[in-house]
Amino acid sequence: MYEFAYHRATSLENAASLLASADDGRVLAGGQTLVAAMKLRLAAPSDLVDLRGIPELSGVCRDGDTMIIGAMTTHSAVNASDDLKATIPALAELAGGIGDAMVRNQGTIGGSVANNDPAADYPAALLALGATIRTERRTIAADDFFTGMYETALEPGEMIVSIGFPIPKRAAYVKFPNPASRYALVGVFVADGPAGVRVAVTGAGSGVFRATAFESALSGRFAPEALDGLTVDASELSGDMHASAEYRAHLVGVMARRAVGKSTGA
Amino acid sequence: MSVTLSLEVNGKPVSLEVAPRTLLVDLLRDSLRLTGTHIGCDTAQCGACTVHLDGRAVKSCNVLAVQTAGAKVTTIEGIGSDAALHPMQAAFRDHHGLQCGYCTPGMVMSALDLVARHPAPSRDEIREALDGNICRCTGYHNIVTAIEAGAKAMKA
Repeated sequence: MYEFAYHRATSLENAASLLASADDGRVLAGGQTLVAAMKLRLAAPSDLVDLRGIPELSGVCRDGDTMIIGAMTTHSAVNASDDLKATIPALAELAGGIGDAMVRNQGTIGGSVANNDPAADYPAALLALGATIRTERRTIAADDFFTGMYETALEPGEMIVSIGFPIPKRAAYVKFPNPASRYALVGVFVADGPAGVRVAVTGAGSGVFRATAFESALSGRFAPEALDGLTVDASELSGDMHASAEYRAHLVGVMARRAVGKSTGA
Repeated sequence: MSVTLSLEVNGKPVSLEVAPRTLLVDLLRDSLRLTGTHIGCDTAQCGACTVHLDGRAVKSCNVLAVQTAGAKVTTIEGIGSDAALHPMQAAFRDHHGLQCGYCTPGMVMSALDLVARHPAPSRDEIREALDGNICRCTGYHNIVTAIEAGAKAMKA
């Protein structure tokens, strides 16, 4: 790991000014991706601004029909939240399937969302549930946030403060995990909520995307059978040593059917 | 460029100068000579470096030492002694829950985090909780048995 300067921010304002005065500063949340990348010298920031010392960035609360999760809330805390289990159980369950127990104790929702790994679980939840990402500058709809592989709408120095999830009528997430890494080979989050039926796919391509043909079919009839005969175009998906694009396309249909079945208790 | 780091390790306050790029596992092993915490893969996969950070199991090869400022860290040395093993350690010995022993400190620390939240875990829950701990002797069967017994012994 290359040398860097470490700063523990005492407030969001303090973090913003530390980032602004750094050459090539990066925000440090749980560090479960960033520290590993720095060890491999894939990332070499001049400064790290640690948000761990800002307590108001952690926690889950309800605001009307929306569940708000602070950016520094760990996957374990999301998984264990009774409020979430009562309102969006699919989201709590998703958090309990990320990485392994130790990664979940340290990794955060804000870090995962800002990193936008093409096989991460959370982006599928944000897109399907029509979440809103709040930063210290503005709010961004999930539809506009995930712009490409490891790319987001965040500007340099912009920090995620919290993420708001409208409570859906029903939702479920099903993934086919890579047996070694536990990352989603394909993961599908299905939600029937205030914005209608939305189906978001992770792991299959260069970034999370919505399966709009699936959404139309499910809007007519919310049942696994409604997806019979529907597929996604394999030519736009990823193929690698773990799975071919054609296999991933097949898995999208299978995971989507299972998710619909799960969310309807079928 | 080093910074002053203060934290609590195994119940004792510690204060020392560290470079920001120091990993928690290197602080424990090299600076504090707590070599019970092992480095296996050094890529946050195998879990041999598992310690508790404010009561929760984390992989110390993937945490910067400076991230633990003001926190409480517990290592395998902090849970028992040679003369009086922790009941979970004793269960690993009694049930032959180790072969080469390299992964064992991490297994024990993960087991204790699990039992703290689930005092009577099922065998399936134990296996799920060990997802991030790899034993290359593949002694998982006896490790699961040991954790089951260790959890019972802790309640006794």
